[in-house]
Amino acid sequence: MDADRHEITLSVNGASYTRRIEARLLLSDFLRHDLGLAGTHVGCEHGVCGACTILLDGEPVRSCLMLAVQAKGREVSTVEGLAGKDGTYHPLQQAMHDHHGLQCGYCTPGILMTMAAFLDENAAPSEDDIREALSGNLCRCTGYQNIVDAVMTAAIRMRG
Amino acid sequence: MKPAPFKYIAAASLEHALSLKEEHGDEAKFLAGGQSLIPAMNFRLARPAVVIDINEIEALAGICAQAGAVLVGSLTRYRALQRDEVFARQFPLIGEALPHIAHPQIRNRGTIGGNLSHADPASELPAIALALRARFHVRSAKRERWIEAADFFTGALTTDLQPDEMLVEIEWPSPKPRSGSCFMEIARRRGDFAIAGVAAMVTLDKRDKCSEIRLALCGVGETPVDASAAADGLIGQSPGEQAICEAAAVLQGMVEPAGNVHATADYQRHVAGVLAERALTTAFERVRDGR
Repeated sequence: MDADRHEITLSVNGASYTRRIEARLLLSDFLRHDLGLAGTHVGCEHGVCGACTILLDGEPVRSCLMLAVQAKGREVSTVEGLAGKDGTYHPLQQAMHDHHGLQCGYCTPGILMTMAAFLDENAAPSEDDIREALSGNLCRCTGYQNIVDAVMTAAIRMRG
Repeated sequence: MKPAPFKYIAAASLEHALSLKEEHGDEAKFLAGGQSLIPAMNFRLARPAVVIDINEIEALAGICAQAGAVLVGSLTRYRALQRDEVFARQFPLIGEALPHIAHPQIRNRGTIGGNLSHADPASELPAIALALRARFHVRSAKRERWIEAADFFTGALTTDLQPDEMLVEIEWPSPKPRSGSCFMEIARRRGDFAIAGVAAMVTLDKRDKCSEIRLALCGVGETPVDASAAADGLIGQSPGEQAICEAAAVLQGMVEPAGNVHATADYQRHVAGVLAERALTTAFERVRDGR
């Protein structure tokens, strides 16, 4: 079968990109290979681990469970867009650093994107709320406690 | 590349999508939320020649209250249902089950029509559709029909949908006055497929006697299981602990779980009974407390 190619234009972290891609290209692979934004990690590639979580129009979704062609005209946010332009960490990134919320770091981009959107909607979450929101992201290093502590701290700092 | 090659077509309208499906039949798959189809394509378990993306068809998404029922478009995402407080109040059984369906990221994409058409027997919504006697509006390019939930699920991952048909909306009849419901499931981890799950709804008459019971299970058979008959003995009664336990025991005899790596068939049957007992007890408490 001949490759089925489509031209798409989409916004990633506020920048507009136009690319010609094959229909079967996953959004995760498009971000990593076509745009060179390798901060989005791929773990299981079937929607279980959460490492590839990005924001689609502000909502966390699995980028391995979407075709890149479906992101046409949409606004995508990845971990590369989380820190300030001057390199200042997002409060969530700073809190993850402070609380030792990552070890190998493989799951971290997905957790940051999931939790950034979560904190936007829940400014004062309980520890249980955080664990529920974190349930779709697997981490095999930290045992989660430090991640929960970090999100709690970030929430407090973001409330000011 | 994870999926095998296919031709991708973004349908511009429902009519467009249906005419494409009529043309390509079994060779084509509708792509809604993609939370089951894309993993299957990534594993190359599914290799559709044509993928018809229906995500741009706005007419397929939305919640519309009618007299005695609510119509939910098949492209309505779980997250939209969760955010609709009126809907969640009117259908507490669905509201209670939604947090059990996978994870927030999945619920942001996954659609109610995709879920029901995929017909995973371990999934929550098919069992709830049975419990609530939902009706499915199905269309093809040439005809349309309504299918009762009881007739829709014909086997594991198999429905009565024909190759040219699409589930376009689901009619949820409003619960009768003086009804109480409860959904419970047990899974190894939050968001995993259930070892067993139970949806229960009870209705009381003016004398506080039980006039109707709906009981449906997920995760314990090839299809969602309507086990309402297990509670026949409670009709006309004000059931106490003993009577509910007896109904749960009857239910355990009605299910034939296959067993899996997480739970033996005996354990699944045990869990189904325990959950049925708890869910019925809670549903009765809720209706008596007016919740």
